[in-house]
Amino acid sequence: MESKFEVSKLNLHYGQFHALKDVSLSILPHEVTALIGPSGCGKSTFLKTLNRMNDLEEGVVIDGDVLLDGKDVYKEMDAISLRQRVGMVFQQPNPFPKSIYENVAYGPKLQGIRSKVKLDEIVENALRGAAIWDEVKDRLKKSALGLSGGQQQRLCIARALAAGPDVLLMDEPTSALDPISTSKIEELCTELKKDYTIVMVTHNMQQAARISDRTAFFLLGEVIEYSDTDQMFSMPKDKRTEDYITGRFG
Amino acid sequence: MKANEKAKRVDRVMTWIFVAVAGFFILLLIAFALLVIGRGIAGFEPYMLSFTRDGIGNQLFNTVYLVVLALLFSVPLGIATGVYLAEYAKPGKVTHFLSICIETLSSLPSIVVGLFGYLVFIVMVGAQWNLVSGALAVSILNLPLIATTTKDAMESMPKGYRMGSMGLGATHWQTIRRVLLPACMPRILTGIILAAGRVFGEAAALLYTAGMSTDINWSNWDITSPTCPLNPFRPGETLALHIWASRTEAIRPDAAQIANFSSAVLLILVFAFSIGARVLGRRMERKLAGGK
Repeated sequence: MESKFEVSKLNLHYGQFHALKDVSLSILPHEVTALIGPSGCGKSTFLKTLNRMNDLEEGVVIDGDVLLDGKDVYKEMDAISLRQRVGMVFQQPNPFPKSIYENVAYGPKLQGIRSKVKLDEIVENALRGAAIWDEVKDRLKKSALGLSGGQQQRLCIARALAAGPDVLLMDEPTSALDPISTSKIEELCTELKKDYTIVMVTHNMQQAARISDRTAFFLLGEVIEYSDTDQMFSMPKDKRTEDYITGRFG
Repeated sequence: MKANEKAKRVDRVMTWIFVAVAGFFILLLIAFALLVIGRGIAGFEPYMLSFTRDGIGNQLFNTVYLVVLALLFSVPLGIATGVYLAEYAKPGKVTHFLSICIETLSSLPSIVVGLFGYLVFIVMVGAQWNLVSGALAVSILNLPLIATTTKDAMESMPKGYRMGSMGLGATHWQTIRRVLLPACMPRILTGIILAAGRVFGEAAALLYTAGMSTDINWSNWDITSPTCPLNPFRPGETLALHIWASRTEAIRPDAAQIANFSSAVLLILVFAFSIGARVLGRRMERKLAGGK
């Protein structure tokens, strides 16, 4: 299978700090790839290199190749069109202080879509795609800030879907949510991978085991192990991976 | 045990002190408003409300018109300055210096600003007293207020808004224009209310800019004519100046009554404006936050 993202020899420095060390990973399409590891291991930093959100930080120097469908995202693509193709969902649900409808229509509007009919269609499809349509269809004009945390997070997923990406990056998308909302998001990921490629940072080992196809274990900026999730959780190759997933540290 | 008792007693006393201070100021405000409005009504004669040379209708109109003109200058410029400081200026010596300059601007004595306005907008331009130069002069005073509230509002926005917007492929400007500024609007509006309040009451900065005379012909709608109400380049005495002029020059036997009545009208105008703007702001906020 042709990989979606092909990352090789990626090094990232925050000023003096060497945050990612020679990271090489292939992320396959229509899979959920989980990135696990203790805090500060570089998994979120790695995630943000995939849609160049690190560009927004001061003093970040990146070296190496990040290819999306064979094109280098740092050398051959601009950050704006990259981010339209690679959507992102954040740890804290962050809907804009606008109506539910306006939140979802934000991405398409940025891309210049003005037709009301077209926007309505995109918004409905995105909300259905994020499994929240039934809950909000009668209150599309109401502010998104009135939704519960779990609903807000699914709205943020809908907002990302509406921009028409083919990859979704999720940075600990359930860590601020209750168990019921968490399981809804997890089900949603399994559903969404049919159409999208998902890369998810998670602190929760069970979550990685439940929903991901492949798992990468990060430690101190390095990828220690990257393999099939079933294999990693049943027979980790590296002693450090085993220690981490059995809860001996981290 | 004993320490707890003492702490509780101090706590009760402090609560009372704060309630008393707050109560004192509320009473002071009410008494003040009643006194000003009461005295205004006491000396009231129907002719005072007329839009003629004797009434204060023209001054009332000039005041509102001047506020509109001043906000026309200071709102766009103030918001732009605030956005620049919050979003574009690199933190450093230059930005810091700029911030100090802006703060200093707001604490300039208004008579100095008035004389500056006179030199620049009247003498250098070679014009006579006019409303635009008055508006420009008071803009110098209220621009910092709008710039600072905008900057503070922008800086208090959650990082998630910015990240969410950029993550969807928005540019920096799109993020500011479509997410951050609308979200800041209720707070910026508060700054604008304060700024407008300053214009309503300003007198010294207008003495030598907007001028102390007013001659309006309400049937003349040729905007280039010096007596057309809407001509922004005509002299326009405001209510605050009219109070001062009536009290100092006493050109009429009932000048004191006119001054009192003008004060009452000005007070009511300011109250009405600030309540109206607050209602608008609260409605905006509720719309953003999604009330029940």
